[in-house]
Amino acid sequence: MNERNGRLPAVDARSLSFSVEAATLLDRVDVSAERGQFVGLIGPNGAGKSTLLRAISNVLNYQEGSVSVLGADLKSLAAREVAELLALVPQIAPYTQGFTAFELVLMGRYPHLGRFQVEGQDDDRIARDAMRLTETDDFTTRTIETLSGGERQRVFLARAVAQQPQVLLLDEPTSNLDVLHQLKILTLVRQLVDDGLTAIAAIHDLNLAARYCDRLVLLSEGRVAADGSPNDVLTPEMIESAFGVKSAIYREPVTGALAISLIGPAGDTAAEAEIPDQPVPVLSSPSGSVRSSEATSAAR
Amino acid sequence: MVAGIQSLRGYRQMGVTTRLVLGMSILLLLVVVVGLISLSLGPVDIPISHVAWIALSAIGIDVPEFGRTEQLVIDQIRLPRIVVGAAVGMALGVAGATMQGLFRNPMADPGIIGVSAGGALGAVVAIAAGLAGLFFLALPVFAFVGALGAALLVYGIAVVGGHFSMATLLLAGVAVNAFLGAIVSAIIIVLPDNEALREILFWLAGGLDSRSWEHVRIAGPLILGSAAVLLLLARDLNLLMLGDDEARSMGVRVGLTRVTMLLAASLATGAAVAVSGTIAFVGLVVPHTLRLILGPDNRVLIPMSALGGAAFVILADTVARTVIQPAEFRVGILTAFVGAPFFILLLIKNKRQVYSL
Repeated sequence: MNERNGRLPAVDARSLSFSVEAATLLDRVDVSAERGQFVGLIGPNGAGKSTLLRAISNVLNYQEGSVSVLGADLKSLAAREVAELLALVPQIAPYTQGFTAFELVLMGRYPHLGRFQVEGQDDDRIARDAMRLTETDDFTTRTIETLSGGERQRVFLARAVAQQPQVLLLDEPTSNLDVLHQLKILTLVRQLVDDGLTAIAAIHDLNLAARYCDRLVLLSEGRVAADGSPNDVLTPEMIESAFGVKSAIYREPVTGALAISLIGPAGDTAAEAEIPDQPVPVLSSPSGSVRSSEATSAAR
Repeated sequence: MVAGIQSLRGYRQMGVTTRLVLGMSILLLLVVVVGLISLSLGPVDIPISHVAWIALSAIGIDVPEFGRTEQLVIDQIRLPRIVVGAAVGMALGVAGATMQGLFRNPMADPGIIGVSAGGALGAVVAIAAGLAGLFFLALPVFAFVGALGAALLVYGIAVVGGHFSMATLLLAGVAVNAFLGAIVSAIIIVLPDNEALREILFWLAGGLDSRSWEHVRIAGPLILGSAAVLLLLARDLNLLMLGDDEARSMGVRVGLTRVTMLLAASLATGAAVAVSGTIAFVGLVVPHTLRLILGPDNRVLIPMSALGGAAFVILADTVARTVIQPAEFRVGILTAFVGAPFFILLLIKNKRQVYSL
């Protein structure tokens, strides 16, 4: 990697627009990620998180805009070259077809192979390393359909790791997982990012997004509603306008992470009345306590 | 056999090349053994040793004397028939494996997008119009054109309007199959000529009787070429089986790859149908059985289905032409008669291994 590449953003998506028939799913969306950054995409159902990930990964043929990865415009690259830069971890694998976990992880090497080439010992080793890293090496020979949701998710993450991309794209990596596996997956992604990878993940759970991501992009109705550090993006006002939910933001006393207490649908006065006077050290809540500047600067 | 499948688990853990070399050696041996046995059986009884001598003399090795009649029977009657059978089995095996992968469905067979029904219509027209009797080439050419025409029609229906999906392709295939089947039935009913009727029924049951080297020359290159293309795209098919987005994100040019594979599978099937009629069940049972044993990797499955299909068709044809001598069964009846119960047995024993839809 030369000097120039070092300063380029890992992902730079500009003005992405995509519509199907009358519905505009993405409306001039700008998203970028610096190298070694973990960017979380948050927003309500239908806000365009998955669509945006599909557009960034070049799977979706968007009508306008451009995506460049480390300065290279993806539209000008061959599909295989894109696959060497980006790896996509799907939300739920639609079909598994009887492949074993190891066979699936080894597929991560396909973009690196020539047309007449098969996987060699190096590819084998890279796949096994990826499985060790994701703690999936206990079930290498089991078929995907015999695995639990959390195990499957980790196998697909292992495949993405074996793909050795510059950027990891994850679509709801924690949906359908129990709390332990949610934490395990995100800790692992965090670790990969700390080791130099760039990650962009759609994440439903605001608390997990706040805790693991360096930066959050809030999508609402196909547009970017907010973009910045979790502290800046996760405000009661933003959450109310995007999700229609009243919330209180505070610092979680045990982990020290930014935490979001979802009180109830906006306008539901009964729910709002139930907010205790002083739950925990509140940074900001709808009842009016003002976020102190000291607390904000300590956030991250 | 079914119990043996469970004990083959270790095979899945070998590298692609090892799996391929090992599996292909076994199946190639099977094809050769079945072929040699088939060459020796028939109205003229030729001992296996003579078959071997004839084969060795053909490649310039000195051997003891054998009968000229024996050589003629083998050269002009049995060998071309076996080679056509092998090519047909190869085409159906490869096309079946490909269609099952493309449709992500173990029930897909080579005829799923109308190829067999189109081929049948072409052949029936050629016979009913009396052309089949006039020119040797009329029957295979009509069948081939019908087969390819039907496949293109089905594909055209699925892409018209811009929103292509495999579900539309499947449904268009069902509709076109039914429509072409209706036309064939209508022709059979209104046909006054009993001799032509008998010929049509024979053709529809699929057969390899009186196949010549000419048939090998018609179908062989098309089948080998298509099989080579499909083998080359087998790795992409692995990814396509996991979903379009999956494949695309892993570097597969989904649209181009899919249409190439559909076309190659249709060409192979069309060529097979043109020289053998509709041989049932081979394209379904062979890839499916092999997938249970070998796993879903198409780089192994497609070439193995080629050899497995070849062995199966040669074997079925050998039984078909020897079991009620001097009369002959049709090979298409045999493949379904033997294949279907075996398939059912396999399904019952391996319910858990049959991958979910």
